[in-house]
Amino acid sequence: MKIEIKNGRVIDPANEIDSVQSLFITDGKIVALGNAPPGFTANDTIDAKRQIVSPGLVDLRAHLREPGEEHKGTIASETRAAARGGITTLCCPPNTHPIIDTPAVAELVQRHAETAGFARVVPLGALTQKLEGCAITEMHALKKAGCVGVSNAMKPVGNTLILRRAMEYAATHDLTVFIHAEDAALSGDGCVHEGAVGSRLGLPGIPIAAETVAVAATLALVEETGARVHFSMVSSKRALQKISRAKFDGQPVTCDVSAHHLHLTEIDLLGFNSQCHVRPPLRTQRDMEGLRKGIADGIVTAICSDHQPHEADAKLAPFGATEPGISALETLLPLALRIVDDGVLSIPQMISSLTHQPAAILGIEAGTLSIGQRADICIFDPERYWTLDGYSMVSRGHNTPFLNWEMKGEVTRTLLGGKTVYEYK
Amino acid sequence: MKKKNRLQLDDNGKLKHFLTIEGLNRQMLIDILDTAESFTSVTEQNIKKVPLLRGKTIVNLFFEASTRTRTTFELAAKRLSADVLNINIQASATTKGETLLDMLRNLEAMHCDMFVVRHADSGAAHFIAQHAAPHISVINAGDGQHAHPTQAMLDMFTIRREKGEFHKLNVAIVGDIRHSRVARSQIHALSMLGVEDIRIIAPRTLIPTEPDAFGVHVYHDLREGLRDVDVVIMLRLQKERMSGGSLPSEHEYFQLYGLTEEKLALAKPDVTVMHPGPINRGVEIDSEVADGPRSVILRQVSHGIAVRMAVMSMAMQSHLATSTGDVRR
Repeated sequence: MKIEIKNGRVIDPANEIDSVQSLFITDGKIVALGNAPPGFTANDTIDAKRQIVSPGLVDLRAHLREPGEEHKGTIASETRAAARGGITTLCCPPNTHPIIDTPAVAELVQRHAETAGFARVVPLGALTQKLEGCAITEMHALKKAGCVGVSNAMKPVGNTLILRRAMEYAATHDLTVFIHAEDAALSGDGCVHEGAVGSRLGLPGIPIAAETVAVAATLALVEETGARVHFSMVSSKRALQKISRAKFDGQPVTCDVSAHHLHLTEIDLLGFNSQCHVRPPLRTQRDMEGLRKGIADGIVTAICSDHQPHEADAKLAPFGATEPGISALETLLPLALRIVDDGVLSIPQMISSLTHQPAAILGIEAGTLSIGQRADICIFDPERYWTLDGYSMVSRGHNTPFLNWEMKGEVTRTLLGGKTVYEYK
Repeated sequence: MKKKNRLQLDDNGKLKHFLTIEGLNRQMLIDILDTAESFTSVTEQNIKKVPLLRGKTIVNLFFEASTRTRTTFELAAKRLSADVLNINIQASATTKGETLLDMLRNLEAMHCDMFVVRHADSGAAHFIAQHAAPHISVINAGDGQHAHPTQAMLDMFTIRREKGEFHKLNVAIVGDIRHSRVARSQIHALSMLGVEDIRIIAPRTLIPTEPDAFGVHVYHDLREGLRDVDVVIMLRLQKERMSGGSLPSEHEYFQLYGLTEEKLALAKPDVTVMHPGPINRGVEIDSEVADGPRSVILRQVSHGIAVRMAVMSMAMQSHLATSTGDVRR
């Protein structure tokens, strides 16, 4: 099978490519850019005129709900949503039911993704058994089963000795530790940012210190153990400053932010909008600007979706009783394009933060258009306007605060290993 | 903010639900106080009933224990000639399968007209108002740490009766402001009615985050904060704050923030002492003060009935107006 994608603006930041040219695919692999290789006759030609041809997006954090919570989403339903969003690689955290703390569950997740065939799914293994924070997992076995890192998902490891041992053991097996930075005691029963809005609404708050205390403790253990750490979804400017300093000191740390933390703040909670119930919570305007600056400065190297599909009932309760999270795969690219429009990043920089940079954090070969690479490709029209509505959402979860937002930039085609898995009709 | 406004008011700007003081203008608050004033005569006459809400069914939906608030709501509804249904639900019951929304649908199916809601979650009354059928009025009888607007209005009613004008007053609120829905609603009501000097007095563990957003002056010293105040509102100290690490002991709290005759002497001579009840004698207030001549604590309770009658009748009138409109159409 030979495919030519022609007339598109091919942007591959990893190889510093940004020009209108053709891209050639043979048997699911990229074989040439620019001129056709000798003897190439396309079976299929895709016209990408006025569109951008980018590596397929790599999402560092998407909850697919399978196994265990299929009423919220399945690997098939959510990877199909990913394809609509131009995402070809998804990293899923281990907080499924059962938890990904054994090779069997890790293999099941990948097998189901392969069967569905819409996107590649790479799991994170649990850092501690059952995520209980008491005993470390068989990380060697998890790695052999395809886990690209280890994480305790949303559950902070309260015992710093266990955290230290887990980090040492992960480092032994060259696994990155993904940390959701939250001090459980300080966050308590909080559900929103502890600030002016939460105080007014009488909603229990999660102070910024819940994040900075956990970041500081983790960084101290990075110095001690030399383990590689990635902070998922940093939410505050102050936490980012700490990570920035550690990076400057040469510590092996990276971090990402979610797309929604770049667009929403605590103000969006007014009226008890449960669609804005997320964890870590939406913080202040100052924090949002800090995160945006962090991306521009290169401190934050990836933007993730933190996709969390829910059934409608999960959001139909008084605010504190609702479940946190946003169904976010289909808005990842347009929300990232929006910060390009806001002048924070250039398009190639934005693509970097959604492709080869997250792929590097996962240590996988993805997110580039290098010759010989698997042809995972996202073609999008950066100028097309569209409105997000519940009916057209592919994800089983329609829980998003961005409903009825006008989006700019829409995926027109997604290829996974050279096969079209989504096409705009 | 705008959305909140719309939720509470109908298209003609009349009160439809009563969820929070925020978003209501001064005239609306004064209307509530004036209407309540007209009802005080009802509560004092021999036959304590007016037929305003005859044939209407009001459901007291209490997900959190309460005696005083529930009984005054019940009395208020009965004096308006409404039928009253009391439902007490332990918060855990709804988590055992039936959702809050299921319960609402069931009550709606029984043709109820008004829900008076108390719930441990902030925003619960908003949630119910958003999802209730359009003919139903929702009155917030306290949601989590967010709002308790009828309590605040009965306090405003009491202050107006005792003091007259609002704008000249210095008002101090003392105690656990951080966790208090009563204090939040009081602060919004006081500032909307024109009180310029609103003080909150407590140790930092009981002061809300970013108090500046409320437009209040913060004091940590009771003596300093009481200087020249016209009204002092003491808040009930919940026992769980003691064990939660917010305070070291009842003893030290009483020493520093308990209202005694001696400390009260720093306030204006005609100071009014208020408390939403139930009081902890010897914790936040000395018995001598609570039972003393400047205390209006019991008067607050009886005013509660008139204010709740006012709010219920106003909210129901908005619905009567819309439903007759529907018929004509």
